[in-house]
Amino acid sequence: MAARLTVNGEARELDLADNALLLDVLRDELGLIGAKRSCDVQVCGTCTVLVDGTPVSSCCFLAHDAAGREVQTVEGFALEPLWEELAAAFSRHNAFQCGFCAPGFVMTLKPLLAERRLRSRADVVAELSGNLCRCTGYRAIVDAVCEVAGVDPS
Amino acid sequence: MRSAGRSLPRPDLRAKLSGEAVFGADLAEPGMLHVRLLRSVVAHARIVSLDLDAARQVPGVVCVVTAADLADLDPMWGHYVRDRPILADGVVRFAGEIVAAVAAETPAAAAAAVAEIDVEYDELPPLLDVTAAVAPSAPRVHSGPPRPGFACPPSAVFGDGNDFYRWRVAHTRVEPSGAEDKLVTVAHEYAFPAVYQYAMEPHAVIAEHDGDRIRVSSTCQHPFLVREELALLFGLPVDRVRVSVPFIGGGFGSKSYTKMEPVAVAVARQAGRPVKLVNRVEDAMVTTRRHGMRARMRTVADRDGRLVSRDAEIWLDTGAYADNGPTVTMVAGMAAVGPYRWDRVGVDAACVYTNLPPAGSYRGFGAAHLQWIGESQVDELAEILGMDRLQLRRQNLLARGETMIPGTRPIDADLAGDLAAVADRLGWGPPLPGRQGRGISVGVSPAGASHHSQARVELRGDGRVAVRVGTQEIGQGARTVHAQIAAEVLDLPLDRVEVVPTDTGDTPYDRSTGASRSTTVAGLAVQRASEDLRAALLRTAVERWGVDPAVATLAGGRIVAGDRSWAIEEVGACQGHGDAGELAAGGATMPLFWEVCVAGAQVTVDPDTGQIEVRRAVTAADVGRALNPSLVERQDEGCALQVVGNALFEEMRFSEEGVLLNDTLLDYRIPTVADVPHEMACVIIENGDGPGPFGAKGCGESVFGGLVAALVCAVADAGVTVRELPMSPDRVWHAIRSES
Repeated sequence: MAARLTVNGEARELDLADNALLLDVLRDELGLIGAKRSCDVQVCGTCTVLVDGTPVSSCCFLAHDAAGREVQTVEGFALEPLWEELAAAFSRHNAFQCGFCAPGFVMTLKPLLAERRLRSRADVVAELSGNLCRCTGYRAIVDAVCEVAGVDPS
Repeated sequence: MRSAGRSLPRPDLRAKLSGEAVFGADLAEPGMLHVRLLRSVVAHARIVSLDLDAARQVPGVVCVVTAADLADLDPMWGHYVRDRPILADGVVRFAGEIVAAVAAETPAAAAAAVAEIDVEYDELPPLLDVTAAVAPSAPRVHSGPPRPGFACPPSAVFGDGNDFYRWRVAHTRVEPSGAEDKLVTVAHEYAFPAVYQYAMEPHAVIAEHDGDRIRVSSTCQHPFLVREELALLFGLPVDRVRVSVPFIGGGFGSKSYTKMEPVAVAVARQAGRPVKLVNRVEDAMVTTRRHGMRARMRTVADRDGRLVSRDAEIWLDTGAYADNGPTVTMVAGMAAVGPYRWDRVGVDAACVYTNLPPAGSYRGFGAAHLQWIGESQVDELAEILGMDRLQLRRQNLLARGETMIPGTRPIDADLAGDLAAVADRLGWGPPLPGRQGRGISVGVSPAGASHHSQARVELRGDGRVAVRVGTQEIGQGARTVHAQIAAEVLDLPLDRVEVVPTDTGDTPYDRSTGASRSTTVAGLAVQRASEDLRAALLRTAVERWGVDPAVATLAGGRIVAGDRSWAIEEVGACQGHGDAGELAAGGATMPLFWEVCVAGAQVTVDPDTGQIEVRRAVTAADVGRALNPSLVERQDEGCALQVVGNALFEEMRFSEEGVLLNDTLLDYRIPTVADVPHEMACVIIENGDGPGPFGAKGCGESVFGGLVAALVCAVADAGVTVRELPMSPDRVWHAIRSES
């Protein structure tokens, strides 16, 4: 079945199975490998992308439900100034290790930072509890995000 | 020092944050097929029949592979014990064992074909517990004696029972005095659960077999051992097998040794085309895990607070195939001893086959299993003796140069100093009121594994330097640290040094990425290779430009001699070689170094819910020299969070039939950001006493031994005694109820 998606600002006409998952379409059809597959059950957050600006777990999101909507992956966000700011803070803190979870964290954070919805460290912790990281102790991630959000890290 | 010793940012982070970094599942080959596996749904059975006809009819299917297709090979693999068939041959020994593999043009076709395979099982009673497996009447999981694998130490001795490997130490330093009435004894039984590493990236392999050559890209921690194993299995010389490794999305041991590569290569061989095999979490969970364990321990002290003797019996459940079980068993046995000046020690650790999924390496193995047991017994003795727990440890702790286990390297660290540093940071003092508690623990674990690491450092025409070393970047920051070492020796800015991904066809040999060896052992090879390159550059300057060798030096990318200087690239392409073999010079005893496992914790226990809150976690990174302090802290913090999971709630649960029940992240919970201890402190201790570059020694695993133990001791100090992990709310709640 044909579907028309806008991915990272570019209109795409695709012929997709009814049950095609957005994650598979992004990775296998469009070659956008930034979104990763891990848990498959919306727990880990590493497949997070934005659909009309809202983070979704693309591993459990039907590609047809993104038809006519704007999809942004980390490859798209990486071209924006806010990504630069976030990446610089994460680098200063050596906040990630293997980095497999990093694109998911970055995409979860984009609307939160853009809309200035992080007002305290507690907010950061609450909002990131849907993104798993097995390497770090999370602390450096939270510290870096507090810095970008301009909130007290304590 | 300009590069080494500084908290420099990781050069690989931008690529990881932008999605550019390529991981195993991101790879593709032209003409590649997709593999899906049929796994056994029962824990122990004979395969009566296997009907593949319908599967072969599914459009897009290229081949369906079973054990019958491997008749021309010796299809048994395993680096320590060659006990594992590539595909189940007539019998399945655990729920999850690979029975058949399908290669198809699309993943969907492969999955559809797997669903069409019809297997008839004749179920056999499964052995699901070490106690059942070592009973004299228990059936054998494997018939016939264990066959040593290609990486089995020559000294290993195997038995015929399900407890096929034992590590023992029986040592008497001082004979019993006869004053036994003055002694106090603590003795209990303990259990540790099977847990899942959960590297976020499940295993992924791309394999190609064109008859006389094998090419594999794999998410493996030990590509050189995988190359050796594949060569052996498929009957090819080692130089016809080439293994390359992309970025790895976490390992923690789950990607050590060989895992999914044999079945991927077997399918590629049958298909005659490249194939891609990517695990899902439910596959990864039955590929490898941490050993569950049962143990008995007895510790004796005299009334003056002298630790007299310790005895332990340990049974580690390695599942249906040995994987790295014997090594885990040895390290567990060593951890059971504990770093104290005993009169007598007797430890008997057994590695036991069961019909559960295979268990292998997971960060801090052995120490994670045993240190909490020994340390909680020290605490109990302190309580009986009315002594301060820290003081009891101090007066019995081994000093630098004393031997813990005969025949092993003497203690090479200042354990008392490490313990004092943690106690100080934790705030050791009088007992805390209510359901609060403090714990502290000390231990050591053998690290380094092997001195077999080589490196090559190449100066390129553009003045940049490439480091070729076979350590894998699995998140720990090895590439950053190796680049820092080369930059330090060559006096270059870090951004002129690049550590190149491994391809066994081109990268110097490195045994493995594990045992906290990457900085110490592979790092030493990088240091020596950099020094060799440095010497070659200076020698060229002397020969070509008549420079005085006494004054020639490298500075900021230039060869400098007095007021004359040349850019290093003017020398042209040049390279240096290095080897860590010096670590084994003079017949040094193993291990290459002891990783120090010292940590402290403070907790609060909620008596109504059984919930444990970690108020403070203090870890000691006794690293000799911190080549990148920020990365050292990140290692300890990350390990601390894994400990929170292992100690407080993670547990693989199996049905009464031996089938894994919690095989998704919905049911198998790992720590989230909400589980971070209120306060985490990593105390870095730099005594310059490591055998690695600039006096460094490894880190990253020690927190497992240290902090599990500190948490158990802290919870006991808060009034709740738990002798079976995890200390989950239900278990803690029941323990509180049973006291009153």
